[in-house]
Amino acid sequence: MAKKASLQRRNKSNAEIPTSSMADIAFLLIVFFLVTTTMNQDKGIGMQLPPAGESKKIQKKNICNIWVNAEGRILINLEEEVPVSQLRRNVEGRLRENQKLIISLKADDETPYNSFIRVLDQIKLTGAERISLATPE
Amino acid sequence: MPDFTRKSNIGSSIPTSSMADIAFLLLIFFMVSTVFVRYRVTGIVLPRAEKIEEIKFRRHITYLWVSADRKVFIDDKVARVEQIAGVFYQRRVENPRLIVSMKCDQRAPYGLVASVLEELRKADALRVNFATDKMR
Repeated sequence: MAKKASLQRRNKSNAEIPTSSMADIAFLLIVFFLVTTTMNQDKGIGMQLPPAGESKKIQKKNICNIWVNAEGRILINLEEEVPVSQLRRNVEGRLRENQKLIISLKADDETPYNSFIRVLDQIKLTGAERISLATPE
Repeated sequence: MPDFTRKSNIGSSIPTSSMADIAFLLLIFFMVSTVFVRYRVTGIVLPRAEKIEEIKFRRHITYLWVSADRKVFIDDKVARVEQIAGVFYQRRVENPRLIVSMKCDQRAPYGLVASVLEELRKADALRVNFATDKMR
């Protein structure tokens, strides 16, 4: 008679998951995320453009034209040259006088973008909500 | 004479059993807060401004780059100014809440930026954000 097969387990293998290296793995992943993380970086000056072809007739007294030339010099209403540092106070004064005032920002073709943003930033700082970006002629 | 010998031996090892828990906690924080940089055009120096706002909905953003050497990129592909209206019209149809993040170099000429804005108006992509860095 054939010998009866032994179905009994002979040795008990250890069924535990080794957790000693878990911290190492976690720290490795942390370092990866630390290096690749960039906190929300999409920020800037928000604007809503007018739809194409839309033009409104506005009374002249309700418009404040601000020109920026290629050298970054600022001219208000073709009469008053204002340095950037005083632009905010000047525009704030005009807004106080006329609540309906629309700020129209015109820049030269060759005006550096930096100068344009600097002026736009100052206008935004005044709290003006009606800002128009005129296209260079 | 006083007895200066130490009486009890207090164990001075740092418990490391909870190290993995702490590490995983930090890991989850970084995983949640991480946003990967999707596109990057090299050599663009953004202007600085004070009155800036964050764009909260990243999934609506499309990037438009204007470099100092008068090149225009949509996301990270070079494009001509005339192509902008077509591309953005398509994107505007796909996502009506589209926000265009204008990443223009501070030396870029305003004339080019204005013609890009004009193209965006044609495409009805009217929500624009002039990307800037925070003034220090």
